[in-house]
Amino acid sequence: MRLTNTTAFAGTLALVLGLAAPAMAEIRIGATLSETGPAAFLGDPEAKTLKLLVDEINAAGGVNGEKIELIVYDDGGDPSKARTFATRLVEDDEVVAVIGGTTTGTSMAILQVFEDAEIPFISLAGAIEIIDPVRPFTFKTPHTDRMACAKIFEDMKARGLTKIGMISGSDGFGASMRKQCLEIVGDYGIEVLADETYAPADADMTPQLTNIKGGAGVQAILNAGFGQGPAIVTRNCAQLAVGLPLYQSHGVASDGFIELAGASAAEGVRLPGTALLVAKLLPESDPQRPVVTAYKASYETATGKPVSTFGGYAHDALRILVDALNRAGKAEPQAIRDAIEETSGLVGTTGTVTMSGEDHLGLDLSAFRMLEIKDGGWKLVE
Amino acid sequence: MPELMQFLLSGITVGAVYALVALGFTIIYNASDVVNFAQGEFVMLGGMFTVFAFEAGLPLPLAALLAIIATAAIGVALNKLAIEPARGAPVVSLIIITIGASIFIRGLTQTAFDKQLHRFPAFSGDTPIAIAGATILPQSLWVITGALAIFVGLWLFFTRTLTGRAVLATANNRIAAQLVGINTKYVMTLSFALSAAIGALAGVLVTPITLTGYDIGIALALKGFAAAMLGGMGNPKGALVGGLLLGVIEAMTAGYLSSQYKDAAAFVIILAVLFAMPQGLFGRQSTDRV
Repeated sequence: MRLTNTTAFAGTLALVLGLAAPAMAEIRIGATLSETGPAAFLGDPEAKTLKLLVDEINAAGGVNGEKIELIVYDDGGDPSKARTFATRLVEDDEVVAVIGGTTTGTSMAILQVFEDAEIPFISLAGAIEIIDPVRPFTFKTPHTDRMACAKIFEDMKARGLTKIGMISGSDGFGASMRKQCLEIVGDYGIEVLADETYAPADADMTPQLTNIKGGAGVQAILNAGFGQGPAIVTRNCAQLAVGLPLYQSHGVASDGFIELAGASAAEGVRLPGTALLVAKLLPESDPQRPVVTAYKASYETATGKPVSTFGGYAHDALRILVDALNRAGKAEPQAIRDAIEETSGLVGTTGTVTMSGEDHLGLDLSAFRMLEIKDGGWKLVE
Repeated sequence: MPELMQFLLSGITVGAVYALVALGFTIIYNASDVVNFAQGEFVMLGGMFTVFAFEAGLPLPLAALLAIIATAAIGVALNKLAIEPARGAPVVSLIIITIGASIFIRGLTQTAFDKQLHRFPAFSGDTPIAIAGATILPQSLWVITGALAIFVGLWLFFTRTLTGRAVLATANNRIAAQLVGINTKYVMTLSFALSAAIGALAGVLVTPITLTGYDIGIALALKGFAAAMLGGMGNPKGALVGGLLLGVIEAMTAGYLSSQYKDAAAFVIILAVLFAMPQGLFGRQSTDRV
């Protein structure tokens, strides 16, 4: 009774003041994403995806009869800005859950804010440190870089490639993946004979590749990096006629990569990617097929741009959140957190998510597909 | 020694890119003593305009020409709207204005175009040319030739033409230049247009190799500035030699020492040179008359 009165009073007040009064019963979800800055090509599709899906959900009647209000901030990839926005989301916007942290840097900078405020947070960044060790309120959707390394090494082992050269970007993503790969490479009986790096904005990696090529016995090259570097590495490999199998990371899993590297230079490049990238190639029986096809269609219609793996991470985060809200039955942070942890068999674009108290990612290696670039397009490697 | 040759070719390719940016710095510095930190943005704009004009269906040469003209117009606008109104402000303030302009241009570009990386095809294909056991892309030869041609052009402009000398005179002493009848406003406008056009041309030449995106200008400006400092600010010869030297030092460090120290090594050498020769390798001696 008291609550109804307050609500009515607030509503009247808002009307009196001439404010556009939003519906009172609302689920406020926050997001801080890198829509601009160096990670813009990750954050931009993520923000577009969230806005698009929230509109779709609201148009269909919302969650449990309540509309979602999405509050998105652009942190420009700057961890300290992200932290300011995280605090604002908690203190001023009073959100019940947060999606975001486009990069590992921003995610690591803000997760403690949500841990302290006891608000569930679903990160869209790659590094394993975000969910290892497990923190009560922190979850994430993308595969870890360690999983990408494992997927690549499995494929190398199957092809009998045991002596490799590594080249990594010196940015956060490249450095983190390099570290993870070096940690687990021994488990697969693979030896790293060369270990080179390049700066994110470098225009020519032929010196590094010349050294890898010249290193006696190197059988394959693994490039950990994202952005322009991997495209240039691929082109330089073709220029030098290196002639070794080249593996790239999931950081370049988009059609844009083939275009930048050039179809002929990229021919035969292998990388672990998500089902989203090869929606059309998936067998009818694949459980991910309907999910990825639907998301791809609605994103591409709405934005006119090709769908990207990164938008898919945001898609999955929102699905996980909405699924948890449905099961929790109330928009209250603790209940949402508990429900997210019980997520089971949820099919997203990156894989089928089953979380637990010890696993706040909920994906296994089968979620990654080994892809090969063939004739300027993607091919699933059996 | 195919490795040495490969490192050298790689260094010259990258160095020619730095040299092109450094040459752009030279002109505005010569006209106004201002280091224009939006020079990298001119390179980016040259690449981006060409990409979008090319994708819109224009033939590549026409798209490139359009990009150069459009960027030159932006250079003039930068001078008219931001630098000229601040006339009389200390040089440091003007430099800060150019940094602000570079951020503004970057922001505008990502809104007007997009945030993705782009590339257009190389002018003469992607078949590598073999030289002494090493390979170089035909596009690299375009970049190197472009850098040399612009260098020769600028050198002739500054030493052989009246307008070029007017630019130098304006830099040396604005009031004296005005007294002998030089239209210093025109000289400034001209130097911004020229420098933007050179930047844009650099962008057109290097995009097939380096790719372009709204934020590539920062790194290019930094390396181009380092190259210009190494060679001697304001001297086209210094810009060319500084750029090539910087590229070769980087490639040799990556090849023989460690790719981790590539950038550090380059900057350590620049610091060492500036410590011993504060004017850079070919810098003009500054003499203040009393």
